Amino acid sequence: MTTMTPDAGTQDEAAHEARFNATVAADERIEPRDWMPDAYRASLVRQIAQHAHSEIIGMQPEANWITRAPSLRRKAILIAKVQDEAGHGLYLYSAAETLGTGRDELLDRLHTGRQRYSSIFNYPTLTWADVGAVGWLVDGAAITNQVPLCRCSYGPYARAMVRICKEESFHQRQGYELLLALSQGTEAQHAMAQDAVNRWWWPSLMMFGPPDDESGHSTQSMAWRIKRHSNDELRQRFVDICVPQAKSLGLTLPDPDLSWDEEREHHTFGPIDWEEFREVLRGNGPCNEQRISQRRTAHEEGAWVREAAAEYAAKQVQQQRHTREEDIA
Amino acid sequence: MSPLPASAALALGDDALVLSHRLGEWAGYAPVLEEELALANISLDLLGQARILLSLVGDEDELAYLREERAFRNLQLVEQPRGDFAHTIARQLYFSSYQRLLYEELARGDDALAELASKAVKEVAYHRDHAEHWTLRLGDGTAESHQRMQQGLNALWRYTDEVFEPIEGLSVDWPTLRERWTEQIAHVLQQATLTMPSGPQGDAWTAGGGRQGVHTEPFGRMLAEMQHLHRSHPGAAW
Repeated sequence: MTTMTPDAGTQDEAAHEARFNATVAADERIEPRDWMPDAYRASLVRQIAQHAHSEIIGMQPEANWITRAPSLRRKAILIAKVQDEAGHGLYLYSAAETLGTGRDELLDRLHTGRQRYSSIFNYPTLTWADVGAVGWLVDGAAITNQVPLCRCSYGPYARAMVRICKEESFHQRQGYELLLALSQGTEAQHAMAQDAVNRWWWPSLMMFGPPDDESGHSTQSMAWRIKRHSNDELRQRFVDICVPQAKSLGLTLPDPDLSWDEEREHHTFGPIDWEEFREVLRGNGPCNEQRISQRRTAHEEGAWVREAAAEYAAKQVQQQRHTREEDIA
Repeated sequence: MSPLPASAALALGDDALVLSHRLGEWAGYAPVLEEELALANISLDLLGQARILLSLVGDEDELAYLREERAFRNLQLVEQPRGDFAHTIARQLYFSSYQRLLYEELARGDDALAELASKAVKEVAYHRDHAEHWTLRLGDGTAESHQRMQQGLNALWRYTDEVFEPIEGLSVDWPTLRERWTEQIAHVLQQATLTMPSGPQGDAWTAGGGRQGVHTEPFGRMLAEMQHLHRSHPGAAW
């Protein structure tokens, strides 16, 4: 550490900030060792960690169907997908760690409810078709949100998103294909697919967050180029993508107000139940309690395993040191 | 190339299918994220093996979803409920050690299984490594992990005798396989500061019968869960 006079420090700070702003404005990347405003760092830790938590909690509603998948091919696809999600969680925790907060601390914040995960995973997967609806709609919404993050101003996050988006779009196609098979299958299968879409449509639209005039973090995130588009812009983009896809699936979307607006060249859609959204965020969704309690249980029941691994590793280090000392002697 | 007898493909396919299913039960419950990945990965490898083996016999889904308990030919070892992490690792150590030795031998053969075995042996070697490393960590970790690992090994030991029951249609030197397996397990356990359970050559009761379709009670419930959706929609495609 260098010692400086307070004056020099302030000047230094101003120079750092100017360089930071210039980097962001030039659409270049901020890297872990670069200077960054404290608020930028905190905002990124929050966003990346919650993104990582969503991957981890998001494993639950899908893993719920692994042991009941109706064909071996579908079962293999589902296991691979849940495995990918754990991998995404790992990438994202690593990205968050470059900002100086460890994975253990972040998991602790998840387990104690100090950090959130995506509201969507508080809905239950009640039938096999839900696995398809989650793939098509939930992963579809995630991709719409995440593709712009591949150009986010923070380098490690942007790079993680490039890898994640490739796998997510694969999952999304698999979900679509699953629903298509059901939609074109027996009458019971078609009904199962329609019911799943009916239940997942509105929660998927809520994944983009509150409307622009109520979104607290948005303006700052956009100024920092963490975020590229507003919640409402992305939500609109998602609806425009889904409407023709639903049509080719032979399924309907549960919104009587859905129509094409010639003038705007966008689909107009009905009002979102923001009260439901707020309730889910408050912890009062159908599965909030269950999701977090399973995560905590897995973590607590795994404590002895992690302790054993740490103890074994420490013993190995000690043994190696001992062997080296003997060699020298 | 001599054709592979259906009985052999079914026995090996059922082992892989059932163990894959049991490992799939860990999704969302593993002690660390890395193990979510590892256990899912192993589960997926086994499912891949099962699909190839069952397809040699008939339609993979018909065989997996429409046979009843008495028609399954898997070892009782692989159908045991997952238990705690040490229990799962003990099962993995016993099974993957067996599977690696078996597939190495089958890979040298000249029947339809040789090609499959030589591909699978690479996956199985990875599964064996994973189980061995965790056996060392748990055995030589804390007092609690040591005790749990020993318990897992002891509890599953009675299911290891039937592992060496000859499979009809496979030309394998079973006594030598058993000898090498026992040596390998003894070596890992010794390194891990664990004790080799007594038997199965001893006078303790040993399980058996999986190859004849005689299973343990938890297996029926496992199949009920696995087959329920498929059976609820007869003739449907997924």
